[in-house]
Amino acid sequence: MTGDDILLQARLWWWQRTSAMALAFCVLVHLGVIIYAVHAGLSAASLLGRTRGNVVFGAFYTLFVLACAIHAPIGLMNVAREWLGWRPRPVGWLAAAFALAIVVLGLRAVYGVVVA
Amino acid sequence: MKPPSPPWRSRNHPAYWAFVVHRLSGIALALFLPVHFWALGKALAGAGALQAFLTVTEAPLFRFGEWGLVVLLAAHLGGGLRLLLIEFGPWSGLRKDWIAIAAAGAVAAGLAFALALVR
Amino acid sequence: MQSLLTARIWRGGSDGAFVTYEVPRQDSQTVLDVVTWVQRALDPTLAYRYACRVGMCGSCAMTVNGRARWTCRTHVERVAPHGILDIAPLANLPVIKDLTTDMADFFDKWTKAEGRFQGAATRRQDFARVAPDSRQRRAVDAAIECIGCGVCYASCDVVNWRPDFLGPAALNRAWTLVNDVRDIALRQRLRAVAGDAGCHSCHTQGSCTERCPKNLAPTSAIAGLKRVTAQAAMRRKL
Repeated sequence: MTGDDILLQARLWWWQRTSAMALAFCVLVHLGVIIYAVHAGLSAASLLGRTRGNVVFGAFYTLFVLACAIHAPIGLMNVAREWLGWRPRPVGWLAAAFALAIVVLGLRAVYGVVVA
Repeated sequence: MKPPSPPWRSRNHPAYWAFVVHRLSGIALALFLPVHFWALGKALAGAGALQAFLTVTEAPLFRFGEWGLVVLLAAHLGGGLRLLLIEFGPWSGLRKDWIAIAAAGAVAAGLAFALALVR
Repeated sequence: MQSLLTARIWRGGSDGAFVTYEVPRQDSQTVLDVVTWVQRALDPTLAYRYACRVGMCGSCAMTVNGRARWTCRTHVERVAPHGILDIAPLANLPVIKDLTTDMADFFDKWTKAEGRFQGAATRRQDFARVAPDSRQRRAVDAAIECIGCGVCYASCDVVNWRPDFLGPAALNRAWTLVNDVRDIALRQRLRAVAGDAGCHSCHTQGSCTERCPKNLAPTSAIAGLKRVTAQAAMRRKL
């Protein structure tokens, strides 16, 4: 194991925990939004009526997507290493690809409900 | 030869169950993310396209799945807060009180979501 | 009271099997008493390890009814109310024979975790003065009583999933030295315990803390190492 690996692993842990702190806040708000939206009767018109052009909403969910893109792939890396026995290098690349997919799909979704 | 792994009976304690819930909910939520974003991305094609998808999700099986995801999200949140408290806080021990609070939070979120569905 | 106890004891190496023995029950009988009786009365080839019999040496740990325990401090009536005892070697360690494991990996990892005190003072200097109620001294106090029995190591899933993982005992030891204000090897110790083979792979399952016969909390010690090492990594000081 090289020193660079240890540095990277320690930093990944740090990033996962700091993103978790952001997510704790985001998820709490998101749960409230979900329950409110469902209670109001989930329809595309009502949903987009609340989100379109809403800057606060857009900023919040952009932060949420980015925190997810950091947090989830690092967790899945641990699962792949520990439960599936995959090698570190391919796991790292797959996690990076997954993070990229979350960023692209997530920001596309935020764009879709806020801007488009 | 790999040494024997710890017996299942040795894992039967609250903090271990909290780990199992946290990991399984984490896997489920991570895999759900791309699906969730893909579905919301339908708004790019207009409210009609999004509504067409939302209508499909009114089927009871989808509703049950959504309810499950809300419970898992709340459980992962509560369990995650406990882990942050243990890792960054000045406490010692396994904070089993927080396991109970996290479980209560997940139940409460599940009930609130179920009640919100009933109108 | 002369009822019988059914003791299923692991015999052979890692490909061995449980062999059933009938052992007379006695008052205040410990699991170690049972194993010793089997060796003396039934089969002198039974291999097992113990020294002090009173919970000081940490050499008699085995898997008793599915849990790692000190056999000398475990009363039969507490763990086997129905008179059936499964006694196996500790998990996560290679089996040598019967109830003895090869603990070389376990102790090598203490060395890998820089578990050795390195001071700068000589014998000609005065004693270091460490305030008993200082934060660091209290962190040391909370973790220092480990006697290296291997119960936590045998109970840890991460050791099983990642064979490189240093394990709770070695990391707990490192934490006592990180908090030792006299020690001068902080930086190399932080490097030794960081990353996936070290503290950052711990998922707080808590089996070490739950099973420690001395009621220590390696989970808390590892949490401390996670914080300190990750902070050092973020400041490029790891």
